Amino acid sequence: MSDTPPPASPSPWSDALLALNLFAVDPAGTGVALRAPAGPVRDAWLARLRATLPPATCVRKMPPMIGAEPLLGGLDLAATLNTGRKVAQPGFLQASNGGIIMAAMAERLPPGTAAILAGVLDDQVCRSAPNGAEEPCRIGLLAFDEGIDEEGLTPVLQDRLALHLDLTRLSHHDCSGGAAISVADLQAARTLLPIIGVPDEVLEALCSTAAAIGAGFVRAPLFALQAARAAAALAGRSVVTMEDAAIAARLVLAPRATWLPAEPPSDDAEQPEPPPPADQAPAEPPPDQDEQDKQPMPPDGAEILLEAAKAAIPQGLLEKLTAEGAKGQPRAGAGRAGAKRKGGQRGRPVGVRAAPPGSGLRLSLIETLRAAAPWQRIRAREKTGAGPLVRVRRDDFRVVRVEQRTRSTTIFLVDASGSSALNRLAEAKGAVELLLADCYKRRDQVAVLAFRGRDAKILLPPTRSLTRAKRSLSGLPGGGGTPLAAGIDAGFSLAEAVRRAGDSPTLVVLTDGRANVSLSGEGGRARADQDARDAGRRLRAAGHKALFVDISPRPNDQARGIAAEMGALYIALPYASAAAVSSAVMAASKRL
Amino acid sequence: MREPFPFSAIVGQEEMKQALMIAAVDPVVGGVLVFGDRGTGKSTAVRALAALLPPMRAVQGCRYHCDPGAGSGLCDECLAKTTREETRVPVPVVDLPLGATEDRVVGALDLERALAHGEKAFEPGLLARANRGFLYIDEVNLLEDHLVDLLIDVASSGENVVEREGLSVRHPARFVLVGSGNPEEGELRPQLLDRFGLSVDVTTPQDVPSRIDIVRRRDAYDRDPKGFAAKWGAADQRLRERIEAARALLPAVEAPDSVLEISTRLCMALGTDGLRAELTLLRAARSLASLEGETTVSEAHIRRVAPSALRHRLRRDPLDESGSTVRVARAIGEVFAA
Repeated sequence: MSDTPPPASPSPWSDALLALNLFAVDPAGTGVALRAPAGPVRDAWLARLRATLPPATCVRKMPPMIGAEPLLGGLDLAATLNTGRKVAQPGFLQASNGGIIMAAMAERLPPGTAAILAGVLDDQVCRSAPNGAEEPCRIGLLAFDEGIDEEGLTPVLQDRLALHLDLTRLSHHDCSGGAAISVADLQAARTLLPIIGVPDEVLEALCSTAAAIGAGFVRAPLFALQAARAAAALAGRSVVTMEDAAIAARLVLAPRATWLPAEPPSDDAEQPEPPPPADQAPAEPPPDQDEQDKQPMPPDGAEILLEAAKAAIPQGLLEKLTAEGAKGQPRAGAGRAGAKRKGGQRGRPVGVRAAPPGSGLRLSLIETLRAAAPWQRIRAREKTGAGPLVRVRRDDFRVVRVEQRTRSTTIFLVDASGSSALNRLAEAKGAVELLLADCYKRRDQVAVLAFRGRDAKILLPPTRSLTRAKRSLSGLPGGGGTPLAAGIDAGFSLAEAVRRAGDSPTLVVLTDGRANVSLSGEGGRARADQDARDAGRRLRAAGHKALFVDISPRPNDQARGIAAEMGALYIALPYASAAAVSSAVMAASKRL
Repeated sequence: MREPFPFSAIVGQEEMKQALMIAAVDPVVGGVLVFGDRGTGKSTAVRALAALLPPMRAVQGCRYHCDPGAGSGLCDECLAKTTREETRVPVPVVDLPLGATEDRVVGALDLERALAHGEKAFEPGLLARANRGFLYIDEVNLLEDHLVDLLIDVASSGENVVEREGLSVRHPARFVLVGSGNPEEGELRPQLLDRFGLSVDVTTPQDVPSRIDIVRRRDAYDRDPKGFAAKWGAADQRLRERIEAARALLPAVEAPDSVLEISTRLCMALGTDGLRAELTLLRAARSLASLEGETTVSEAHIRRVAPSALRHRLRRDPLDESGSTVRVARAIGEVFAA
């Protein structure tokens, strides 16, 4: 069985090529989210894709700011005015039916556009125009994700793409080797695809593997199934084998993992009763073989797949999960939704609405003329005699809808160290939740950072969701030293990120100001205090608004000094309740 | 177009299915809000329900598919007609996409007639198409504010009003609002939340066998939608008949005083504001009773619909760690034990 593909974690590039081949076989079934900066690696991958796809394939590039109308089609205004009857213009989606859409900078896609694409991927039809007519629309979506750090493809879309490739760590030296499949082979695979059967044990193994690593449901196992079929088609088989399923586990399931399997399968020695004792490892694909062990044990296949998936689970997941306390169901993408959804919306037009311009609203000339256009003959008839060339009335005015005021994001920087934790952490948590409960109205976002021990962690990326806030706050542990400098720096970089996204950040620091861990992670009050002041100055230099809430039982000069360096508003709130802290923050943030 | 996934083939998610069927039997219950993780079959269920519903009687040629039997609530055109030809049309399920423009939602000037003949005529929008049917908004929590305002207004008045330069149109727009979304991506505005009669939380099934079942069915459907739909045709037909029977029975369903009392007590225990909660609770229970072929609402019916009817109406208490579902369950336990 180990004749063709190497079993354990092949090189990232060869996996990238494998994913490419699967995509080429079944573009509509296995979309790709390709995370990589624009550069030689991505270019090499794309060049290979173009070489693999049949030359006639329609591959179209979609800019991120394409609006709903160009996407779905609409009225061809010029032609309509010329001919005097309605002329429809096909949208980008209809025109791409049967082909491949490359979504450039997909991490910047506005939610509306992402939702349209998601609908098309789900139903393979595109509902366009006012009459809601449905047209078939089978597209293979290749989404380029050029995001950095937390920024990335919206989960709405990511979830609907089978293959998640991350090429960010590859250098162009890695991009060699791997034979391209010929067009003839590709065609053969495509012909084979619709008739490929899936044995029950493969299906069950994929499902249980997906469940074991928290890969999400139902799309993860479904996509894995699709990918396994494509892999079988490539290998010229008409039945999916465990080998194909292992590829799917590696390429589809592993990148979606949100936790590691409960127990390492190495402990099979102490399993109650291994039904087929020491079954010669993986090499037994016949499905009827293990009829007898239906329920008691997960099928052997599941273990093979689990191994394959585990080997391919992205590095760093373990650390991330343990840091988060790995409890409940940390869903991979979901956490970042809030932050991304509102990425960079300041001043970005998000549509038009009918309203007269003025009071800060910008007129959209084109849309106004479009709104006025159909009325021209009617108005010309109503008014006899010569009028202006174009008759525009008040009702026609369309204004550009941008985010009318930038949303503010309140970043809580919570001191969870031993000196503060016991008495104040609960209040800080309560205050955050109170603010959040109120924030829908104000369109605010909240983020929470905590610092303790040696460093600072983002507990809650910017969000408006109370549900998420509760979950992440409930796991906040307390105790340890006070790395105030690291905390301020972390707050600073988050504030910068928020500002880049077009929102205006406000930092709220809840601490007693008694720094005792320096930036380098060493103890010593003097050094730590100096570092905290330096970090504060950096914050002030960047012009971020800050509020310093001194929560120590006895307000002290040290805290006041650091607050001054930060250019922060200083308030001392000894023995304040959650409600008091939240109202103080609300009042103070108005003054900032 | 592709056959929709059969309603009867949806594995599990009993509360969601129950809520949708209740709304289908009695649209007055109000809309259904489905909140939950991605991939739990929210949109699938809504589309499946539409396909399940028996075709409705409508006035032939009416753009708002008015009910010929209705005494009131007809559109102006139908009111003006002396004879109304009757026809049968499928129950509309209209998608309201996130990026929709106001013009598209409320309707606008008919371009073709305006340009070709210089005539003022109204071209109905999505609200008109959804009349007497379902208006479905996926990711409802991400909907633009100005559309939310518009919907809140129409959903409470049952009428869409367009006024512009002598183009003055008002037409009925009564629909069951169905929204779905993921609460992790943003909260829903309270005013809109209140417009939904029922709300359900859907979660991913945790046991592997039912997951396998779901994947298997979904895969079978994806590969052969027609064949799969045919296989479940009989089961869907039975559900359809059940809904029809329930609709016929509904006017005869009675709610005894004891049931009224217990629903009041339940609402008081939960501190849900206003009469709306009680009314919805009762209507939903009545609809459920009729679905089960019973003419009297029992306490058990109240108990079964209470979570859907009440969970989104609780006053939010950010410091209460337990979710609203738990709080409703707790109140049910207390009230029914008493």
